[in-house]
Amino acid sequence: MTDLFDKFDPMIALRESVRGPGREDPFGLVMEKVISPTVAICNGRETILLGTYNYMGMTFDPDVLAAGKAALDQFGSGTTGSRVLNGTYAPHKDVEAALREFYAMDHAMVFSTGYQANLGIISTIAGKGDYIVLDIDSHASIWDGCKLGDAEVVPFKHNDITAMEKRLKRIPEGAGKLVVLEGVYSMLGDIAPLKDMIAVAKANGAMVLVDEAHSMGFIGPNGRGVAEDQGALDDVDFVIGTFSKSVGTVGGFCVSNHPKFEILRMACRPYVFTASLPPSVVATAATSIRKLMHAGDKRAHLWENSQVLHGELRARGFTLGTETPQSAIIAVIMPDLDRGAAMWQALMKEGLYVNLARPPATPANMTLLRCSLCAEHSAEQVQTIVGMFERAGKSVGII
Amino acid sequence: MDRAEIAAKVAELIAPFNKKGVTIKDASTFAGDLEFDSLTVMDFVAAIEDEFDIIISMNQQAEIETYGQLIDAVVKLQGPA
Repeated sequence: MTDLFDKFDPMIALRESVRGPGREDPFGLVMEKVISPTVAICNGRETILLGTYNYMGMTFDPDVLAAGKAALDQFGSGTTGSRVLNGTYAPHKDVEAALREFYAMDHAMVFSTGYQANLGIISTIAGKGDYIVLDIDSHASIWDGCKLGDAEVVPFKHNDITAMEKRLKRIPEGAGKLVVLEGVYSMLGDIAPLKDMIAVAKANGAMVLVDEAHSMGFIGPNGRGVAEDQGALDDVDFVIGTFSKSVGTVGGFCVSNHPKFEILRMACRPYVFTASLPPSVVATAATSIRKLMHAGDKRAHLWENSQVLHGELRARGFTLGTETPQSAIIAVIMPDLDRGAAMWQALMKEGLYVNLARPPATPANMTLLRCSLCAEHSAEQVQTIVGMFERAGKSVGII
Repeated sequence: MDRAEIAAKVAELIAPFNKKGVTIKDASTFAGDLEFDSLTVMDFVAAIEDEFDIIISMNQQAEIETYGQLIDAVVKLQGPA
């Protein structure tokens, strides 16, 4: 008998190599207690959280928590059903209304996770004979959406407008075209030149989908994302987003002005064949989204945090993923996986949690320590974080 | 371009990607013999696409395992000369 698990041997070896004897497991972290959006107890140690995507710190907002508790009491713990059968409650309709208000768009469709939103929308709207043109550094959920569907998949070099345009121009006449882009790319925290890319996509007759998972609530005058910030949101056909970052809970969505959009509720299998979100989750999301519409001060403080951390880490000799701070993600590039894992351990001992990102999830096979800032990180916490990085970096010999 | 001309051009384009100097035959595989990783595949495919002004979608790439199959695919995608 062939052991079907033999194929995982390289992955098992890699996992063992980063875990090692006496080391904490970067992929097996347990938060024993969560004190606030920025602090938790991990392995008995008080730990500053710098890798949670909790950009706007909404997870302990009193109004958000109250909305969730009320919905739990009124609607129970779960829907036990699909959105198109018994799984649509008043709070599900309300969170879709909140999204339409937030984006000033005609339609909003909520999925059980952000992953399923990309999986469902991309695989459903691009069918046999259509072409999907996408950035090579796209998130796994976008790639999996391509794989689930029947369209021809054509990647282009990261953020390369010319490479994208050449591919669009080679697509056979009459074929449907979908260009898939992201506002913020989560590995390096860099943004896309969306205005120019969207203009090229439109000039070549393509529909445009932009994943704004890592920019919602934070980037753009109304927190609608990078496309809004660059004045290009009106030309985006579909915005994909998530509740599991700035919104502070779980769930995914697509908003659109397409007149036939609502038919996707029937056609989209990852929407139909799964249970809807618990009513308490959508109630917290709706409250959070409406509060994010008036969060200008928090946005300003988050930018400040991002700028300070970027500047201070650079000044201490760390190599970062971007020349300038472009989002709330700051990626610290490690020389190799070994020293990256050692640095991660050293930071944990200091009381700081960041994400260890490694190939194949990373571009160009890099090992990254990915930091995501929160609007609730105080200026003092950011300075504490800088000190932790400096000590850990010296002890591991990276700076 | 006929097959021989296309094969000559592809041979020229693959040279900078053949870092180990492997002797390339029609049966040579990209993943095995040439040890191309996904980034190398993307850059090499882009070079071929730009040279011949064609698209080789990921769906088509999945069917191309050997050097000979690539030449055949380019010949086909180029259409009748």
